[in-house]
Amino acid sequence: MARKLLLEHINEPGIETFEVYRRLGGYRAVEKALKSLGPGGVLEEVKTSGLRGRGGAGFPTGMKWSFLAKPEGIPRHLVCNADESEPGTFKDRYLMTYNPHVLIEGMIVSSFALGANTSYIYVRGEMMVQIRILEKAIAEAKAAGFLGKNILNSGYDLELYVHPGAGAYICGEETALLESLEGKRGNPRIKPPFPAVSGLYGRPTVVNNVESIAAVVSIVNDGGEEYAKIGIGRSTGTKLISAGGNLKNRGVYEIEMGLSVEEFIYSDEYCGGIPNGKRLKAVVAGGSSVPILPANLILKTASGEDRLMSYESLAEGGFQTGTMLGSGGFIAFDEDQCIVRNTWNFTRFYRHESCGQCSPCREGTGWMDKVLYSIEHGQGSYSDIDLLVNVAKNIEGNTICPLGDAAAWPVASAIRHFRDEFEWHINNPQESQNRNFGLAHYADALSPQVDS
Amino acid sequence: MLSVKDTEKGDFSPELIAKFDEIVARYPEGQQKSALLPIMHEVQAQEGWMSVASMDKIATYLKIQPIEVYEVATFYTMFFLRPQGKYVLEVCRTGPCCLVGAEEIMEYIEKKLGVKEGEVTEDGLFSWRGVECMAACGAGPVLHIGPEYKYHENLTEESIDKLITELKNK
Repeated sequence: MARKLLLEHINEPGIETFEVYRRLGGYRAVEKALKSLGPGGVLEEVKTSGLRGRGGAGFPTGMKWSFLAKPEGIPRHLVCNADESEPGTFKDRYLMTYNPHVLIEGMIVSSFALGANTSYIYVRGEMMVQIRILEKAIAEAKAAGFLGKNILNSGYDLELYVHPGAGAYICGEETALLESLEGKRGNPRIKPPFPAVSGLYGRPTVVNNVESIAAVVSIVNDGGEEYAKIGIGRSTGTKLISAGGNLKNRGVYEIEMGLSVEEFIYSDEYCGGIPNGKRLKAVVAGGSSVPILPANLILKTASGEDRLMSYESLAEGGFQTGTMLGSGGFIAFDEDQCIVRNTWNFTRFYRHESCGQCSPCREGTGWMDKVLYSIEHGQGSYSDIDLLVNVAKNIEGNTICPLGDAAAWPVASAIRHFRDEFEWHINNPQESQNRNFGLAHYADALSPQVDS
Repeated sequence: MLSVKDTEKGDFSPELIAKFDEIVARYPEGQQKSALLPIMHEVQAQEGWMSVASMDKIATYLKIQPIEVYEVATFYTMFFLRPQGKYVLEVCRTGPCCLVGAEEIMEYIEKKLGVKEGEVTEDGLFSWRGVECMAACGAGPVLHIGPEYKYHENLTEESIDKLITELKNK
């Protein structure tokens, strides 16, 4: 059995209450941080752990923390990004529902390390249920003396609040999130200045994903070195993976980084394979924004090695033959799924969620949506495929925030790997309305690499 | 510094105003605009939608310009800018849910309720719409209904029937 840090006690009845969580060793990290480690000690442990941001970008958390400006007399803030909206990702909602105290404990320890006295958890508005759960958990922690004034007689004060969003994917981008937290439209800010210098209310701010903050608890408890022993290479620790789409056992899994993709999909300990006797056609490995890969390339890299669930292995081959770990939103497609239709669906999503600030994203996502719609509905032409590639290329890298890239990559990668399916739609406008292209060669083993 | 206490409070109920005051206290002094989204959620939970009159009152309460409320209301998809059915069925329509039948579920809801997306049934009880990813891909197809936003997961035609009957008898 793989080691579990975040979900260790997830099946324990009552783990969502303070009492049970505490009885099973909860809030030890707060005691250790406040009584012995001190803020610098916590920061060092997080740096040693090699923890990388779990929201998608994979930026080292310790380094992000060390960038925080500390001018005299200006309050600093920690904001937890719980605006989980990336299609395919539902791990944070799961964690907040069933183990809310691990997030609260992580927030206390992290806020202490950063010297923040007021911290916010920005939860997407759709998760009203989780907002109530967190508010209850905060009240319990406060009643037990782990929040509020002079926590554990250490002289450290912390107030923690939950802030609801209201249905905007873009607010998962950290500067859009801060705008939203200030009561404005969620338009991402131009960087620099980065939030570490000028964030919430113009004050130095760190924004971290739910899972990153929760991971700090075991890093403080067991030490960064212990944490870094789990995983592979620069992908340390455990990762929550949201498994969705055509998989037998959909749900949230905590894996040790470095697990093979094949084992994750097919073993009974994890997803248990593809239901209804179907075969795997494609996988989006890290949430809708990352490049889609055909079955053969997700199981093996282009050089024939086993693909592993880690930042490096999933990215091997660059965007030509690789993808990204992203937020860990793992979406599997069986042979009956239409890649054109799915690409159109994702593009419609990005069009809907574009904030409209930058022309390439605002216009480009709408354009791609219309072109993909026409291909999917039997009105496409060959030039449309090249047009899509061209539009995607012109969005990528030309916008304030990464939503533009996130909209461009799925389209570019779908055409890169499934071009024959797009062409089939164009050649068979009638037939493509009634049946799917099928599996073609996407699941065939890769032929040995030719040396160039 | 703006002080919320001195502002015109309009005719929201005293209970609601007390809730607003509690929300405003979460943010630093002078940053009461941060309370806008949570306050709008409270108002919509009470009134079912976001009228211009309500938005104006919120602006007065928070001592901000009405346009600052309108621009937020039009940006975030959770706010209804026109009256809805008492129960709004919001169904996830994004990729992972479509892989497991969300499109068929939406067709079924349309047929069952007899109204198109965004329209209200004659009895005023129901409306429905497709929304983007609700972060429940492991249990799709999925829908939720405000203002509690409890998720109804792994939807089937039977579970939709049951849900609608329950809501009708509520």
